[in-house]
Amino acid sequence: MTAEFLSRIQFGFVMSFHILFPAFTIGLASWLVFLEALWLRKRSDMLRDLYFFWMKVFAGSFGLGVVSGIVMSFQFGTNWAGLSTVAGNVLGPLLSYEVMTAFFLEASFLGVMLFGWNRVGHRTHFLATCMVALGTLVSSFWILAANSWMQTPQGYTLVDGVIEASDWWAAIFNPSFPTRLVHMVLACFLSTALVIGGVSAVYLLAGRWQDKARLMLRCALAFVAIVIPLQIIAGDLSGLVVREYQPAKLAAIEARWTTAHNVPLTLFAWPDESAERNVAAVDVPHLGSLILTHSWSGEVKGLKDFPRADRPPVAAPFFGFRVMVGLGLLMLALAAVGLWLWWRGRVYASRWYLHCWVAMMPAGFVALLTGWYTAEIGRQPWVVYGVLRTADASSAVTAGAVAGSLVTYSVAYAILFGFGSWYLLKVLRDGPGSAPQRFPRDMTPQRPLAGLGIGKEENPS
Amino acid sequence: MTLATALPIVWFFIIGFAIMMYVLLDGFVLGIGILAPFADDERQQELMMNTAAPIWDGNETWLVMGGAGLMAAFPKAYALILPALYVPVLALLIALIFRGVAFEFRFRAERSRRIWGLAFCVGSVVAAFAQGVILGAIVEGTPLKAGQAVHRTFDWYGPFPMLTGVALVFGYGLLGATWLVLKTEGRAQSVARSLARPLMLAVIAFMGLVSASLPFLDSRLMTRWFSWPNMLYLSPLPIATLVVAALLWRSVMTSRDARPFVLALVFFALGFLGLVAGMWPNLVPPSLSIWDAASPPSSQGFVLVGAAIMLPVVLLYTAYSYRVFRGKVRAGEGYH
Ligand code: HDD
Ligand code: HEM
Ligand code: HEM
Repeated sequence: MTAEFLSRIQFGFVMSFHILFPAFTIGLASWLVFLEALWLRKRSDMLRDLYFFWMKVFAGSFGLGVVSGIVMSFQFGTNWAGLSTVAGNVLGPLLSYEVMTAFFLEASFLGVMLFGWNRVGHRTHFLATCMVALGTLVSSFWILAANSWMQTPQGYTLVDGVIEASDWWAAIFNPSFPTRLVHMVLACFLSTALVIGGVSAVYLLAGRWQDKARLMLRCALAFVAIVIPLQIIAGDLSGLVVREYQPAKLAAIEARWTTAHNVPLTLFAWPDESAERNVAAVDVPHLGSLILTHSWSGEVKGLKDFPRADRPPVAAPFFGFRVMVGLGLLMLALAAVGLWLWWRGRVYASRWYLHCWVAMMPAGFVALLTGWYTAEIGRQPWVVYGVLRTADASSAVTAGAVAGSLVTYSVAYAILFGFGSWYLLKVLRDGPGSAPQRFPRDMTPQRPLAGLGIGKEENPS
Repeated sequence: MTLATALPIVWFFIIGFAIMMYVLLDGFVLGIGILAPFADDERQQELMMNTAAPIWDGNETWLVMGGAGLMAAFPKAYALILPALYVPVLALLIALIFRGVAFEFRFRAERSRRIWGLAFCVGSVVAAFAQGVILGAIVEGTPLKAGQAVHRTFDWYGPFPMLTGVALVFGYGLLGATWLVLKTEGRAQSVARSLARPLMLAVIAFMGLVSASLPFLDSRLMTRWFSWPNMLYLSPLPIATLVVAALLWRSVMTSRDARPFVLALVFFALGFLGLVAGMWPNLVPPSLSIWDAASPPSSQGFVLVGAAIMLPVVLLYTAYSYRVFRGKVRAGEGYH
């Protein structure tokens, strides 16, 4: 195995690990803003308890997001020095802006948010929560600008084989950026909403914390119902951009081998890359053209139009895309059924429906990962589309070194994931008990709160 | 002076500043981890960690700033240094992972508390050591060693980087001790006070060893230091360092709580300046200058606009968050 191949596995692995946590923190941060804003207006204990409960979940997820993110920011140097040399002039500035506008903001106000409840006023505390949430969104802006630029590079010139930026506006707002930013942020919100709804369904099924669980489920359901149609529209628009700028990727997503008009929609098939055809295809006539080109007989390019060296792998984008879209449709169904039950006043009592929420808890994360696999593997063999091949992007390090680091990361992340999930489960099991009142300044509790969770502490005042 | 000559100079200072902020700020947090084994018991260790819990994340972000800034302003140096130091960088990242999650996990854990206390301590020691090794290997000129098609995995290994590695562990320990003097009281504070002087002796001994071996490195780095009349112009730096060291020595046992920490920060900053003065104008010794490694003005200028606006803002709210958490930390305080 070559160093390049191992580096690709490593990048895919550490990136997949990293993105799960940002996706959750991006969603949770906005959810916390919502809860605290509501609490500031209504001052009901229930809202404050919920805020503290989700803040504990948020803290753990954020911590894992930070440490795995630090790894990411050095991957470009350790493993993709070729990419940094050729495209560092564009990627470096975008990542620097992310650090300066987002990471510092999140990291500094995180402390106030997590530890400052007794030290600052309520409004200041709320402001800190808002800043953290803002930071997560600004962070998505820059990192998606960087990644979208690699998908559809614009605003640059090639000078001696090195990319130099010529127009930053064009580079940042490159053709695939707007749709991909919207699609990604909505994906984060959806993933989080599904977890919130799933957790409340578990509580409702177990008959615990009923009022809080009902409130959460209501919020989650309303949120999914509003967002999933938007997400499907955003996905559809992403597809149009792919068709225009990355036709080979689209052909792989659809497992289209020959260019044609009036193409069917292939619901399922087994793409055979060496024979350049599909086995056991289930097709719906015309629907492919309709969805992909928004016209009854639009043309869709086939993979045979591209030299083999320029074709992406087919299976991963093809299946990845189908899993994502399938889950998206399931989410739509979940929301539709939920709205109907709500209208009939039976949401909380329909146990089968609550079980559906529990089952869908991981669906957002799975769709998010398979969506990224579709986008990233479909872009191969290029790292910077049409400019730099992945094969020319890796560092001049030995395969042994990369194999060693891959094993090290795998072991370390397995440990983190194991303990992290265990502690998360513990927080969820302890549930949204009652959160602390404010201590008057300089009055510290007698017993340490450590390990018990704040919920169990009785406080003065 | 054209933009293409001026911008790299500006960026040399910005990145130097970011790395110095990292060394000073995360240095004292890593120092707490290095000193963790000297705590009397679990509770004292927890208290030590709590002095940093609300701010460590912001401190660590300066490292990300250094890394991203290097890629933006000097992509060639970024692409050269990181693959050449693959193993120490990996060690640093893994160590920072465990050190970082320990803050959160230790607090959630019951039976596994000890594991995370240990992860905090070992993570801090390894991270500090790896940073020292990286520094030493860069100073020694490893990334540029001639004729490598593929970086050999252990090229960085040698006596000098080991020396700088150990030196940094003691150095961060000293920063951590003075921070604890500032932020704690009672038993925790007296433990920290009593550790400060031995740590200082170790730091000075290692600084001496490091300085003594500089002239023998092939990278010719620091030749500036030993040539006339540079020695004269630069002499205020070592003199100031010595004065600060003497003041620090006196203050750790007796004076008010804030002074040792401030002096230790100055002491470190002066040492850092000495190093930077010795490297100038090379970014990767012995021969890759800041102009060779620079990205074009279209990139350096673009980020400079952001840095000029954002870095002062970042410093402002960093100061704010330190203000919110000013004062002594007591047992049981500060949990979320
Ligand atoms: C759409 C969202 C998204 C994506 C695709 C990425 N990240 Fe990320 N990242 C975040 C969203 C985010 C975040 C929400 O801003 C995090 C999560 C937790 C946190 O602290 O910030 C974060 C943390 C985080 C940190 C730690 C920041 C700190 O110290 O506070 C670094 C260095 C990176 N990321 C770097 C990267 C790199 C180099 C990526 C790509 C290769 C990347 N992230 C993909
Ligand atoms: C957020 C979720 C992301 C996931 C799950 C993801 C996943 C992947 C995967 C699986 C590959 C390997 C493709 C292959 O080797 O065939 C890949 C490649 C790549 N991705 Fe992403 N990616 C994500 C985001 C990003 C972002 C934000 C960037 C950059 C700013 C990025 C940069 C790259 C690069 C440079 C490669 C090429 C190297 C390689 O082939 O492994 N990715 N990604
Ligand atoms: C149901 C209808 C959906 C459609 C038609 C759709 C369409 C697409 C398309 C065409 C891409 C590739 C974009 C590219 O390669 O640049 C994509 C990527 C992606 N999808 Fe979807 N999607 C849908 C649902 C979802 C859902 C429900 C989620 C997650 C909750 C999701 C998450 C993602 C993510 C994270 C990416 C990668 C980032 C990006 O390229 O924007 N998608 N989607």
